[in-house]
Amino acid sequence: MTDIDPTATVDARGAACPGPLMDLIGKIRGAESGDVIRLLSDNEQSLTDVPEWAEEAGNELLTVEERDDYNAFYVEKA
Amino acid sequence: MTEHVVIVGGGTGGTVLANDLADRLKPELDAGDVRVTLINDDPDHVYKPVWLYVPFGQREPADGRRLLDELVDDAVNLRIDRVTKVDTEAKQLQFDDAQSASYDYLVLATGSTLEPDQIPGLTEGGHNYYSESGATELRDELLSFTEGDLVLSVIGTPHMCPAAPLEFVFMADDWFRERGLREDVDITYTYPIQRVHGNPHIAEWARPIMEERDIRVETFFNAESVDPETETITSMEGTELDYDLLVTIPPHGGVDLIEEAGLGDDGWVDVDKHTLEAEAAENVYALGDTADTGVPNAGSVAHYQAGVVGQRLASEIRGRPATATYDGKTLCFIETGMDAASFVEFDYEKPPSPVPPSEKLHWSKLAYNESYWLTARGLI
Repeated sequence: MTDIDPTATVDARGAACPGPLMDLIGKIRGAESGDVIRLLSDNEQSLTDVPEWAEEAGNELLTVEERDDYNAFYVEKA
Repeated sequence: MTEHVVIVGGGTGGTVLANDLADRLKPELDAGDVRVTLINDDPDHVYKPVWLYVPFGQREPADGRRLLDELVDDAVNLRIDRVTKVDTEAKQLQFDDAQSASYDYLVLATGSTLEPDQIPGLTEGGHNYYSESGATELRDELLSFTEGDLVLSVIGTPHMCPAAPLEFVFMADDWFRERGLREDVDITYTYPIQRVHGNPHIAEWARPIMEERDIRVETFFNAESVDPETETITSMEGTELDYDLLVTIPPHGGVDLIEEAGLGDDGWVDVDKHTLEAEAAENVYALGDTADTGVPNAGSVAHYQAGVVGQRLASEIRGRPATATYDGKTLCFIETGMDAASFVEFDYEKPPSPVPPSEKLHWSKLAYNESYWLTARGLI
């Protein structure tokens, strides 16, 4: 368990690809620099989509928490 | 007691469903046991796929409009009004003029709206073919565009007709080529994620065609702002593109009353993706773009879903278990030029596999666009 306190959470569990990544991008779009967005996704593709996009956009993927049936991605807006 | 079915939204889903119920529930309607009301805020039904052809001077917006009154069965009450509030506890709707109406079963088919103001500068600097006015304004620019940078940027997802951005650049490429202008026009296509389409199978099919046709691609491009003065579009990822003509798929949203009613975020109703029943309220269904199922926002989806909801409502009204379910069925023709098209059919389980483009499929698409009016009337 991480002790990061997210600014906002996007629950994209159940969404088909590329829904979770687009939901994250939408939230980051309206966020302030330094805000941490937590994305909950049960889509396997998010494990590659999210790190790739975070790197491309210059945002930092702080950590990925693996839960039983989903993953929680913590992304800090640059 | 008379059961009242209310459908909000007279687009493809709402209109097909109204006519489906008029047919399916004819005995109950004749006996006065059921009433079906279709509410729309415009007297016209609008068939949006026509707009793709407007910028190329091939169709007129009027080709996509017909009076709902002429399309909807006489057994359906048609109300031209705007619903402003839904109360799912009291099973009541409120209208613009403060009047209200009650329902026993509610179907929300309110569709998508464009929200270009989410992106600074987009309204002033960008064109689109996702509205009548957008398509005609783009036509005025495109018909006299003979050289420079044409940029098509997909900004909002989910958006109506996910194939249409690919179709637009394929058609533009072919159209300029046929007119001997292609060497003077650079075409760039941008997409928000790391491939050229949300669906990986369609992306894998489209990417080599774009390379072959010299359509430049920018992936991971999420537009942050447009500067109409310098004619540039800048992404959240830090890429800046110059344009002479900017065509975008603007951000989309649903109507506010859905979020206000606690049925889902951003105007999309959270539903069971098989039964299409709202998760947050009893006796409420959603259809088409409005139903957050993860399948494309396409007319074919709304059409197939309307059949499922029609069957389920008829079962419920007759006191029988509702067993009809939606399997994710989606069908799209994809124009790959001015006289060739591909075709895909897929569902929740079976991924799409675009067939080789042909002239026959292009004509099939145009033929279907003409016969669409039979679909709206519930005939095919």
